[in-house]
Parts: sequence; C-alpha cells; structure tokens
Amino acid sequence: MAKKNRLKDLSFGQRIYITEIAKGLGLTLKNMFKPKFTMQYPEVKFDPPASYRGRPVLAVEENGQERCVACGLCSRVCPALAIEVQAAETENEKERYPEKFEINMLRCIFCGFCEEVCPEEAILMSKDYELAFTNRADAIYGKDKLLTPVSRLQDRINFVRQFK
Amino acid sequence: MPKIIIDGKEIEFKPGQTVIQAARENGIEIPHFCWHPSLSVSGNCRLCLVEIEKMPKLVISCSTTATEGMVVQTQSEKVIAARNAVMEFILINHPLDCPICDEAGECKLQDYTYQHSVGESRFTEEKNHKEKRIELGPNVMFDGERCISCSRCIRFCDEIVGEKELTFIKRGDRVTITTFPGKKLENPYSMNVTDICPVGALTNRDFRFKSRVWEMAPTKTICSGCARGCNIDLWTRNNEVLRITPRQNEDVNSFWMCDNGRLNTFKHVNANDRVSGPHLRKEGQLIKCGWDEAYAKTLSELKSFAKDEIAALASSSLTVEDTYLVSKFVRSTLNMKNFDFVRKVVAGSGDAILIREDKATNAKGFELMGVEPGKSASGGGLKFDEIISHIESGRIKALILIEEDLIGWNPAFEKILSKLDFLVTISTNFDASTSFANVVFPASTYAEKNGTWINFQGRIQRIRPAVTTIEMERSLDGMSQSRWDKFGTDFDSWGKAKKNDARPTWKIISGLASAFGTKYKFTMAEEIFNEIAHTNPLFTGLDYDVVGENGVQLKTETVKKKVTI
Ligand code: SF4
Ligand code: SF4
Ligand code: SF4
Ligand code: SF4
Repeated sequence: MAKKNRLKDLSFGQRIYITEIAKGLGLTLKNMFKPKFTMQYPEVKFDPPASYRGRPVLAVEENGQERCVACGLCSRVCPALAIEVQAAETENEKERYPEKFEINMLRCIFCGFCEEVCPEEAILMSKDYELAFTNRADAIYGKDKLLTPVSRLQDRINFVRQFK
Repeated sequence: MPKIIIDGKEIEFKPGQTVIQAARENGIEIPHFCWHPSLSVSGNCRLCLVEIEKMPKLVISCSTTATEGMVVQTQSEKVIAARNAVMEFILINHPLDCPICDEAGECKLQDYTYQHSVGESRFTEEKNHKEKRIELGPNVMFDGERCISCSRCIRFCDEIVGEKELTFIKRGDRVTITTFPGKKLENPYSMNVTDICPVGALTNRDFRFKSRVWEMAPTKTICSGCARGCNIDLWTRNNEVLRITPRQNEDVNSFWMCDNGRLNTFKHVNANDRVSGPHLRKEGQLIKCGWDEAYAKTLSELKSFAKDEIAALASSSLTVEDTYLVSKFVRSTLNMKNFDFVRKVVAGSGDAILIREDKATNAKGFELMGVEPGKSASGGGLKFDEIISHIESGRIKALILIEEDLIGWNPAFEKILSKLDFLVTISTNFDASTSFANVVFPASTYAEKNGTWINFQGRIQRIRPAVTTIEMERSLDGMSQSRWDKFGTDFDSWGKAKKNDARPTWKIISGLASAFGTKYKFTMAEEIFNEIAHTNPLFTGLDYDVVGENGVQLKTETVKKKVTI
C-alpha cells in the first residue's frame, strides 16, 4: 500500500485549525450554562443507591448475635483472597462463629462475591466508600470494624433479596 | 479370569468378588455410603443400586457377587432414577446446613447430592430433630441429626478393632448411634470412625472447627509414632500442622491409624518451645547465637577431650540419610567409637492391629544397616548401657545427643546428663535434656524435611516436608500448597506464619564436619540417599522416585552380609 501523505489531504480551512478551535470553544460555552453535576465532596457526601458495592461488612442482629457462622465460603470464593476467617465453637444452636474475621481492604476489589455466596446473609456490601490508609496494617479490618447492625443494612438486604 | 460387563466395558474379576469391588478395581465408581472396602457388607444405604440383565429388579452392587457374563448397567435411566430417589430419602431428615458442618468439603453426602440428585426437595414437613454434640468418647463427637445410619462406625469397632462399643438404638427415622451402657468410644483406634463416617456425624474433637478442609494443604508422609510407619497425610495451613489423617496403604496400615499417632505426633512441630537458631549456654542461660559461633564452640570444646572421653547417642527415629551422615561424621571425622542409638521399646504397648512396642520409626533401618540399637555398637565401641555407665563413672565427659530427649524418655537419666562436662544436642524442641546442654542446634522435625524411614517390616518409606523452616520456600521446594499458600504474599497476615531457624540433622552435621575440616558435598537429602543406594547393596536400584508414595519392601533376606553404615 502506498504511503498516504496526510498533509496533502487537508484543505486550507482545516490546515489553519481556527474553525475547529472555534467549534470546541463553542461546546465549552454551551456547557457552562447547563445544570451542574459536580458534587462538592468531601463537604457534600455522595449517598449511593442500594445497588452500590462499598466495603463489605458483617451483619449483627439487634440482640447482638452475629449472623456469620464462619463457614469460610466467602473466604473461598473471594477472588482477591481478602478474607480470613477462623472458626470456633459456641454454645449457640448454630454451632460455630468466627473467632477472627479479617478483610484486607487493600486486597478487596468490591466484587460482591462474598455477599452472594454467604448462606447466612451475614456479609453484605455497605455504602461505605471512604477507605484510605497510611500503612498496610491499617487496611486489615477486624471484627471491630466490620460488625454493623442489621438496621443499617436493611436497604441492601432488601436489594439483595430481589435476586434470590 | 472370569469376565463381567459393566456399562458396556468388559472387565475381569476375581471369583467371589462383588460387583462393586470388581467395578472399583477397574476404576468405575458406583456411589455408596455404607459399603467400605475393608468392612463387611451391610447393604443398608441402597445407593449402590445397579441394573443387571435378567434380574427382575435393581440390585445392590455391594452384596451381589459377580458371575461370569453378567451385564451390569450403572448409568441406565432406571438406576439414575433410583439413585435420585435414595438421595431424596436420605436428605429428608438430614439438616441442610453444610456451612456449619465440619465435614463440608470432604462429605460424601455433599458430593453425591451434587452428582446424583436433582437438587430440589419436595419435603415440606418439619425435619426430625435428634441430639447433637454428644461426646461418644474422649476424641469423637457425634451429631445425631447428621447421621445417615450407614453403620460403618459400628462395623469398624466390631470388625477392625474387635471392641463392641457402638450400636444403633431406636427404629425408623429415630434410629441413632450410641455407645453400649457403661461404655465409651475409647478404643485406641476410635478416631478412624471420623474418617470413614461418610457425613459429618462423627467429628474429630481435636480438630473440630479448626479449619475448612479446602484451606489446608495435605502432604503425603509417614507417621512418627511407632515402628509401623503408617502412611499419613499431614494437613497444614499457614505453616501450621492442624491434623493428621491416615492414607491407604494395604501393605502397612490399610485405611487406619491409631489415635495416639493422630493426636500426639504433630503438636511439637507447632509448639512454642521449638528451638529456633543455635543456642549457647552463657552464664547458665541458653542464648541464641549464630551458626558459625555454635560450630566453633562445639569444635573447640570437643577438641579439648580425649577420643574415648566423648560419646554420641542418637535417636532411633533418625532418617536413613541423617543416620548415614551422623555415622560418617562420628566414625571418620571425629574418629571415635562410642556411638549408639537409643532404643525406645515399651513392653506391652503393642497390639495385633497396628501399634508396635518399638516407638522409634527407624530401628529396623539400623539393624539392617548393621547396628542393633542398644546391643552391638559396631566397630568395637561402647554400646548404650556402657556409655551411660561410663558417663556415670566420669570416664565419658562429653556427649553429642542427637534428636533424642533422654530425660523426657526416662527421668532417671537426669542425674547422668548432669554429670557431663560438655553436652551438645541437636534438638527440635527445648526439653528436659537441653536444660543440661552447653550447645543446642535446632533440628528440623520430621514434618520439615525429606528423608526415609525403614519400618519394622523392612519397608522403606519417604517422609516429606509439610512445614517450612526459614531456609525453605513452599513453591521452590515442591511442597504441597493450598490456594492461600500459592497466592499469598509476605504482607498477608496468614503469610506471616512462624518459621523456625532449623535445619535437618544431616545439614547440621555437615556444618559441624566442615568446622572440623571435612567437607561433605551434599546439598539435599536426596543426594545422600543416592550415595547410599550406590554403596549399600540393600538399597540397590532405589531412589526417591522408586520409593514413591507407598514405599518399597527391601529384600532383607537376600542381603547375607550385613553392611556397616
Ligand atoms: S467483595 Fe469480592 S474481593 Fe471484596 S471481600 Fe468480597 S469477595 Fe473478596
Ligand atoms: S460466607 Fe457468610 S457465614 Fe460464611 S464465613 Fe463468610 S460471612 Fe460468615
Ligand atoms: S454431613 Fe455432609 S451433607 Fe451433611 S451437613 Fe455435613 S457436609 Fe453437609
Ligand atoms: S455416625 Fe457416621 S459412620 Fe456411623 S452410622 Fe452414622 S453416618 Fe454412618
């Protein structure tokens, strides 16, 4: 194929660019008078819809009972190996509970697989998207940071149930 | 041999075999719960139904003897429908809470439900409730709801152990397992029922809820409990041994192992009292030091004694490779004769099933190689009892103690060891004997090294590393890996598992030898084994691959002339 000399193909009007620049500026000008979408974060916070997948959390019932039975399925399904669960025995009817439950937020890719696989509706994707750390250790969330009352997750639970 | 046709495939069988046995030997799996290759036929689960030509109804393949020309269908429409129906019945009262059950992941009911069931239950009534968490014995927990009444556990106790401990009570859907009045499930093999129970009804109390099976990596190795050398899997997670299960080897242990082996042979590997890094006694305290410092100290101390003032005692559980190098070092490099192995025989502790009186794993190995531990230290040196009495009388002043806690074995040796001027030990854990040591070298346990042991039958078997020390790397050393081992990094909390600064005994001995000016060229245990295989007729033709996963019976009778290690 013969090499195409592009310069030769341009007309004079195109070659001086002025029309194109004017067109671009016109578009900018038009948008200046349209309604604004920008949110003044962090002064104004984004309130995500129920379908939003923020950091995973663990649901705890109103009576303080944790839902998780430490089955390890979330840990198994997690494609990023973010979850570490250590089970232990309890006197409760559901014989096991997580003695240790850690999610490494640096590993988590917020895919929601853990939520999908959980047989107890215990791990749920919250609306929390503010995750910043200054060192690796801080990114590992233990039960203290993960346990969240069911009442605060109702929105998401309703959403998830539509697909069960 | 007579022939039978299963699913259109012609296979040979031995007369007297049942259809399920013939199929299994030819790699055709007929699903079953109650049948077990080593137990009598019970025929109660009905899952192994197959269609046989000219028979009016489906028959259970576990109790149908194969006959010449039989035509069996295991995948016909009728069979699949029947199997599905059996599964549905079994699942009627079975709890559907696998996430809580400890068996999940290695459960036959789970597997078969995936394979042979439609996956929908038509049962809308309340499930039957039974007692849960019953302690059948010190080591086994029973969950009545999960039991599918296959009777394997009962038959195991009756037929393999010969102790009638378990039985069914009640009838119909209330039937459950219990121990006979006044009895417990406490025979020395009781925990095997947790392996053969096809569901999560019987669980190992020591391991219960510690880990999911898929989180661990199994390593094929040998039990260190006694001279039988049962084939086992060591299950590790985060560089920690969590459980042991028996591995089938019909020549050694069949499907079984004893509870003592299962419970008491791995905890020292994880223990906090592991020796990590060489230690020197300074002002009465054992202080961690560098390897070179420890070697130099040992060298200078040993040099200050006359040859006949030094003795060496080694465990009879050393691997063949360790033994080879230790002997070489003691005989050639140190040029001393007082060297023997510690015999650990507990009279009356053995039985006719698996457990041996000899608690050391490789005593037969020494015997075959020309040293009878405790009887005839070859080369005219002192034997065990004489070494002890010479220490007592002060004629022997320095002792090299290899992988053996003499005092832990027999507290009477405390006053013997306290008499020594210089004691150097190669130890896995700090123990009663190291409290008298001047130098302690950290030895890898059997779970951290490659090597071979020769069991009481003269069968050579391989041990493999399951736990890493600081000089090992799971992937590079070809060790078994779980998903977490494979993809984890040092920054993951599970990747920060404890690793000890320990070395296999042969490596410590090489280091010591080079301090004495003798260089051994070995860089791994396998090379030592290859050298033994070239020099010792007993091992001719053997290498690690030949020994393989199931070991090799040595031709002990054909070796007339005993060879000296
Ligand atoms: S959201 Fe995805 S990546 Fe994050 S913990 Fe759950 S399964 Fe793992
Ligand atoms: S899947 Fe659910 S119940 Fe299971 S360990 Fe994860 S959070 Fe807990
Ligand atoms: S025994 Fe098997 S099928 Fe039953 S709950 Fe346990 S894992 Fe699931
Ligand atoms: S406890 Fe297990 S092995 Fe025993 S009968 Fe029940 S299911 Fe079978």
